[in-house]
Amino acid sequence: MEALYATTVGMLTACSIYLILRGRSFPIVIGITMLSYAVNLFLFSTGRLVMNELPIIGNQESYTDPLPQALVLTAIVIGFAMTAYSIILAVRVRGELGTDEVNEPNSSDAEGQR
Amino acid sequence: MSLAIIVLIPFIAAVLPLLARQRSRLMITTLTAAATATSLALLLALAPAVLDGEIPQFFAAWLPSLGLDFSLRLDGLSLLFATLILGIGLLIIIYAHYYLSENDDSGRFFACMLLFMGSMLGIVTSDNLILLWMFWELTSISSFLLIGYWFHQSNARRGARMALAITGAGGLALLAGILLIGNIAGSYQLEAIFAAADEIRAHSLYLPALLLVLLGAFTKSAQFPFQFWLPHAMAAPTPVSAYLHSATMVKAGIFLMARLYPVLGGTSEWFTIVTLTGLATMLFGAYFALFKTDLKGLLAFSTISHLGLITMLLGLGTAGALLAALFHILNHATFKAGLFMIAGIIDHETGSRDLRKLSGLRKYLPFTMVLAVITSASMAGVPLFNGFLSKEMLFVESTEQHLFGGLSWLVPVLATIGAMLSVAYSIRFVHGVFFDKVATNLPKQPHEPPLMMRAPVILLSVLCVAVGIAPMVFAADILTAAMAVVSPYSFEVDIAIWHGFNLPLLMSALALIGGVAIYANRDELLSFNRQFDHHDAKDIFARIVKAVTNTSDNLMNRIETGSLQRYIAAMLGITIIFVLPELYDIAQLDGGREHMPVNVVSIVGAIIVVLAAIGTAAFHHQRLTSLMMLSVVGLMVSLIFIHFSAPDLAMTQLVVEVVSIILMILALFFMPQRIPKASSGGRVARDILLAGFVGGIVGSLNYAILTRPTNSISEFFLANSVPGGGGTNVVNVILVDFRGFDTLGEISVLAIAAAGIHKLLNNLRPFMPSSDVDGRPWHRVKHPLLVQTVSQAILPLALMVSVYIFLRGHNLPGGGFIAGLITAAAMILQYMANGVDWVKHRFDYNYQTLASVGVMIALFTGLGSWFFGKNFLTSWFAHVHWPIVGEFEIATAILFDLGVYLTVIGATLMILANFGQMTTRHRPRQEKH
Repeated sequence: MEALYATTVGMLTACSIYLILRGRSFPIVIGITMLSYAVNLFLFSTGRLVMNELPIIGNQESYTDPLPQALVLTAIVIGFAMTAYSIILAVRVRGELGTDEVNEPNSSDAEGQR
Repeated sequence: MSLAIIVLIPFIAAVLPLLARQRSRLMITTLTAAATATSLALLLALAPAVLDGEIPQFFAAWLPSLGLDFSLRLDGLSLLFATLILGIGLLIIIYAHYYLSENDDSGRFFACMLLFMGSMLGIVTSDNLILLWMFWELTSISSFLLIGYWFHQSNARRGARMALAITGAGGLALLAGILLIGNIAGSYQLEAIFAAADEIRAHSLYLPALLLVLLGAFTKSAQFPFQFWLPHAMAAPTPVSAYLHSATMVKAGIFLMARLYPVLGGTSEWFTIVTLTGLATMLFGAYFALFKTDLKGLLAFSTISHLGLITMLLGLGTAGALLAALFHILNHATFKAGLFMIAGIIDHETGSRDLRKLSGLRKYLPFTMVLAVITSASMAGVPLFNGFLSKEMLFVESTEQHLFGGLSWLVPVLATIGAMLSVAYSIRFVHGVFFDKVATNLPKQPHEPPLMMRAPVILLSVLCVAVGIAPMVFAADILTAAMAVVSPYSFEVDIAIWHGFNLPLLMSALALIGGVAIYANRDELLSFNRQFDHHDAKDIFARIVKAVTNTSDNLMNRIETGSLQRYIAAMLGITIIFVLPELYDIAQLDGGREHMPVNVVSIVGAIIVVLAAIGTAAFHHQRLTSLMMLSVVGLMVSLIFIHFSAPDLAMTQLVVEVVSIILMILALFFMPQRIPKASSGGRVARDILLAGFVGGIVGSLNYAILTRPTNSISEFFLANSVPGGGGTNVVNVILVDFRGFDTLGEISVLAIAAAGIHKLLNNLRPFMPSSDVDGRPWHRVKHPLLVQTVSQAILPLALMVSVYIFLRGHNLPGGGFIAGLITAAAMILQYMANGVDWVKHRFDYNYQTLASVGVMIALFTGLGSWFFGKNFLTSWFAHVHWPIVGEFEIATAILFDLGVYLTVIGATLMILANFGQMTTRHRPRQEKH
């Protein structure tokens, strides 16, 4: 299970990095969002993988580690704020410059130069 | 205590001239002079005790952990310098009152002057090396302001910049040197450093420390080869030159060498470096002073020469040489301040400082001529003037040293030559200006200046003569006190005018005769000098600056290509380079922890996530498809959370997923629908390789963590959640109680992001296509009846669920974050199904207010615990028994969670509702201010 989990996180990271390396703003925002999923899963797993041991005090014998969960919960919300900010920044840039390209117009990677 | 007041008065008083700017100039000058005089009076009140060998001290801890304390001391050396700084400072202030014209902003001038004075006082009285350095840098900055006082003149700006660059760079070297010394001694307090002197000199880092400290001192005191900034600093108003280059700024380097002589001096390295530098500077300055046509330029080079002389004496380092150095500091300050002021008077009266124009002024300025003769005679070292005594002492020391073996005779010979040149330019100063034929083409008709403008010079001239005739009466006490601090050897202060016929007297005589001879033959010397191609130091400095700027520009152009893709790729590449060796060091990736068996559900789930992720990346050109794939990933992540015992996370992820996908679909409406060109094959291959590498590293790291035993602090949270926080849902208790401060930060960030988005949307003119990508118009029914009906029915249900989730959050999965997101999602549904107008009509509420109210509630809940004498955000709870309902728990944490709840609703709707309005007539336009 550990290997499967780690592979999944690795794949999510790889795909999101690929998206972040694109030259247009929309795929980059999608990439950032997916990267935040991968990071959340990574952080969450520092409490190790545990099944059926909810961090709710009750009649159980043992509980999973609640600390990473608390950290990841706020991370999800902040991640949303970041996604929202970046996507609206992208819309604003499109509105101002008329393009969704992320490279500077005169750089070697820009549309006209390639 | 009064020591601290002496140092702080100039700093505090520096605001007075600025406050009095609108008042008369006399008022400004009086305030400045009064502050200086107060400081001086307090200093003189302490003087008798210091002369008796006491050392008044002041100590206030500042940053003890860094070794920095505000600690001051007033020993003999400090007293000598502090008296010069305040005494000459007072004279300069009086002089400047008459010198500055009506157009000059005298408030700014005196404010800078006081700042500079305070910084200098700080240097000489610091008992802590870091504090000393701080004041050292303050002098660099305030002298920059003073030199650049006439900032409308380009040469003033250039001179100021150059002085700042050179002395500032030297200051950095000095800091490094001080840190080395402090490290060896274990303290930055002078007492401790003096005690560790032998240890420091024997340490392997002695030489680097010495070089760094000397670099600081040499740049400040304009020693060769850093002397070139000083002549350019002459663009300053003359009172500034008189102050900076006689008693203060350039003497700071000399002071530093004298201060640290007991620690760093006495070694062969010190001797070689300091003596030779001083000798070279002395000759260099004296030679070039001869050819300057600008009066102030002549004095500037003469200053360089005399600073070299003092440096050389400090380098020789015998008891006699140290005494001569201290004595010459005093003498040079008196005659050079006077000479600069005379140059200023001549400039003021004739409108020119050019030696080629000036001549025969004795007719117009007879009194000033007398003063000029006295001070110049002192500079030249004519007997019965104070300069003679210290110069004679230099000759004595130069003949008695045997430090260069067989070549030791060179030192007295070169010293005599230097003295000859000094005599020659002194004659030039007097003869060139006041004698010869009477000048006719002067810009102004000269006449004697007001008495008060001459008074400071008169006082200094009297001192030159008085000290020259009766040195033991006027200077012996202070020199004895200063020597006690500087000299590690036994000494006797015995300065006599007449020593009988001996070698030094012969050298003095030679210097005088030679000087006259040189001046008489100055025309030949001038043509001799002309055959050399002189590089102006200013141009060299400018070339170096230009070269450095060009190199940086080229480098920046290479690195900053303007391509975000390249930046990110480079960043990832560098990350890989740093992480790889660490991974390599892990002997085994598998940590040996017992593995969990794999079940079919997990495998299927993993396959779906991976396929959806690959799909998101692969179909990124078809944006809607890509987005749908992303939402699959998000939902699967939510399932992963629930699978591994994290119900809170799963619920949060689920709602956030819904909200963010809606947001991105909305954004998609404004983004280009078609992408004209795909990346090249090579680019795609590179990116896949890079992404694969990073993904592999992250996966490996994750595997390494997962297979290693855990060691967590969560036992504390689990044990204290119920007794300490009053809730059984540990995750929620951590959020609202144990780590409530973090959560407060999080919701603030959320609210700030929402506010930022609100601003970004303001005035935005988005692209709004009227049809889809294939030219089909949008459907005319914007709000289908079915969706409207269902959504309206869902709203109360959703609100109830969110309240329920909120209330139970402390004990069961739920809480403010999740409940807030559910409410927000339900509201968004109303916007989508019924349109903005419909919602506005029924629920016109300001979401900004909601978000800020939320943050305020959370904050005040936290502050509330102060009223009960508890720490910020301490929570309180009690169980109460209510009729019918039964046992019920009240916790202040729920109030905090309410703040979270409201912030999340407010922020989320602020983002989405505002963005959604972009397509309607409600979109934000020009904001009213």
